[in-house]
Amino acid sequence: MNKKIYYLDNAATTPVDQRVVDAMLPYFNENYGNPGSMHSKGLEGQIALDDSREKIAKILGCTPEEIIFTGSGTESINMAIKGVTHFLKTKMKKGNHIITQKSEHHAVLDTCEFLEKEGYEVTYLEVDRYGLINLDDLKKAFRKETTLVSIMYVNNEIGTVQPIKEIAQICKENKVLFHTDACQASGYMDINVKNLGVDLLSLNGSKVYGPKGIGLLYIRKGIMLTPLIHGGGQERRLRSGTENIPSIVGFAKALEIAEKEKKSESERLTKLSKKLTDGILTTIPKAFLNGHPTKRVPNNVNISVLDVEGEAILLHLDEEGICISTGSACTSKTLDPSHVILATGLPYEAAHGSLRFTLGRTTTEEVIDKILNVLPRVVKEMRDLSPVNLNAKDFKEYLSEENKKISLDMEVSRRYGK
Amino acid sequence: MKTHHDVKVTVDSKKWFYNDIIKEHFFNPKNFFKGETEAKEYEKTASGVGQVGSPACGDMMKMWIKVDRKNDVIKECKWQTFGCASAIGSTSMLSIMVTEKGGMKIEDALKIKPQDIADRLEGLPQRKFHCSVLGDKALRYAINDYFKRSNQNARVTIEGAKIIDKILKITDKDIEEAVLEGATTLEDVQKKTKVGIHDKSCIPEVEQLIRFYQEKYFS
Repeated sequence: MNKKIYYLDNAATTPVDQRVVDAMLPYFNENYGNPGSMHSKGLEGQIALDDSREKIAKILGCTPEEIIFTGSGTESINMAIKGVTHFLKTKMKKGNHIITQKSEHHAVLDTCEFLEKEGYEVTYLEVDRYGLINLDDLKKAFRKETTLVSIMYVNNEIGTVQPIKEIAQICKENKVLFHTDACQASGYMDINVKNLGVDLLSLNGSKVYGPKGIGLLYIRKGIMLTPLIHGGGQERRLRSGTENIPSIVGFAKALEIAEKEKKSESERLTKLSKKLTDGILTTIPKAFLNGHPTKRVPNNVNISVLDVEGEAILLHLDEEGICISTGSACTSKTLDPSHVILATGLPYEAAHGSLRFTLGRTTTEEVIDKILNVLPRVVKEMRDLSPVNLNAKDFKEYLSEENKKISLDMEVSRRYGK
Repeated sequence: MKTHHDVKVTVDSKKWFYNDIIKEHFFNPKNFFKGETEAKEYEKTASGVGQVGSPACGDMMKMWIKVDRKNDVIKECKWQTFGCASAIGSTSMLSIMVTEKGGMKIEDALKIKPQDIADRLEGLPQRKFHCSVLGDKALRYAINDYFKRSNQNARVTIEGAKIIDKILKITDKDIEEAVLEGATTLEDVQKKTKVGIHDKSCIPEVEQLIRFYQEKYFS
């Protein structure tokens, strides 16, 4: 029995676009050559590699040499943070201080924690209730030892968009390099590195309808870093290992499609996100939107539902074919609820009941109707089973009518490319 | 593939995160209260009530029992749970265990261990084990409450144990049991009991206890 699937977990990963699959296929067993080989089969690989790098460079507004292909977004982030800070500390005798913020992806936070154990110092900036950093806090955090700032473009859980251009400007004024994790931004936001003013930028394929296991790091010309992986000297000696040609070709194709469809897709998903948010908040009592009411990506709707636990809701929705994710501790390995939701100052009890819907190309009006049809019933069932009845007064700043109005007027970011 | 005696489903654990027994108890829980009104009404005639956990911790369970005093047997066991599928499944299974076959003797009910519940569920995922810990604890609180209400104060078990984690009411006995089940580090013990996740002040004491029980049983 194949039940119908309503996939709303596109921030976890996206299906690979058929056009991408088609572009990749020849590179598995027809044009399979290793770009490092001098014969004609090798040349086919080299051409595909150069071609893909050029296409992506055009999208990012940089030169092809400024792009290094990696195995994932996580690897790109590790390479940027460890590579730059290590190089500056050991080769240039610069300082050992890094600035980041508390709602980053674990790829950033765990890398920074690792570096702390290696003798680096890290400042983790606070975020406000919407998940935004305070630019004055950033300005005050610089020390003469600071060598890198890493702030994400779009938050993967609550969809909040950080003011990347402003942050880049502040870093420039302080003569400190700036890296941004843009993995969740590529489908909806401007990722032109010149427009943004960033020094390093991480992207991956699996969030833009490209293949998994492929990422890239944009490194502005002139920036030196220590490689993570040593070997055959591929990717300007910065990332050794035979180039993953099928995935690189697919990644380039995926980014091209995303760039072309960015505007129309953002507009379409803005409407659907708004319908979903409004629908949930008007039918389910004691529920509120997490993240920023306007400064958010068009595909993210993150809702906290009080008195219920996220995993139970997730599994009930799954039974109906609806795939979402939750910030509940029960689905994490650490037994702690989402660090992102907690960073926004929300109490633990509300973090356990957070539900993330991330829309995508397969999301239609019908999908939203399906959720709005099922979710209120599931929440009611789980509330009936729950001995918890939190006092709405304790959450009045989140549950106020005014707060709902902000959400109802939600005008999802229009800051996709030009 | 086989059929389990408590629930009429086929066991094929590969198709879902949990096995089919937990799945059945999650989607069709037994002996629970639907809504606050029903629970309040029942509470008037219940023999004892016990509650453990908090919404902040991600798990909270409340259990009501009715006791046949003459035979010292649990006749009814009702519950409400805020938590994940394994928490709901464990409480549901526990309520069956203490009431099946005409009801369980109080002295036997007091001996139920988290592992017993997990066994009847034919296994919980490792990191979900703590969910069954909370179930048996809620039951013991309910039984103690029954003892107090029925003037059998001499029978109230003071657990013979010391509460280490004040929020989750995790005792040194729970930590002992976790070590006996193979936990060797604080992380292992937390996976089983959730100790110190919320009440972080108790962590040094927990680490000391782990060393103590390690030496006691394994050195």
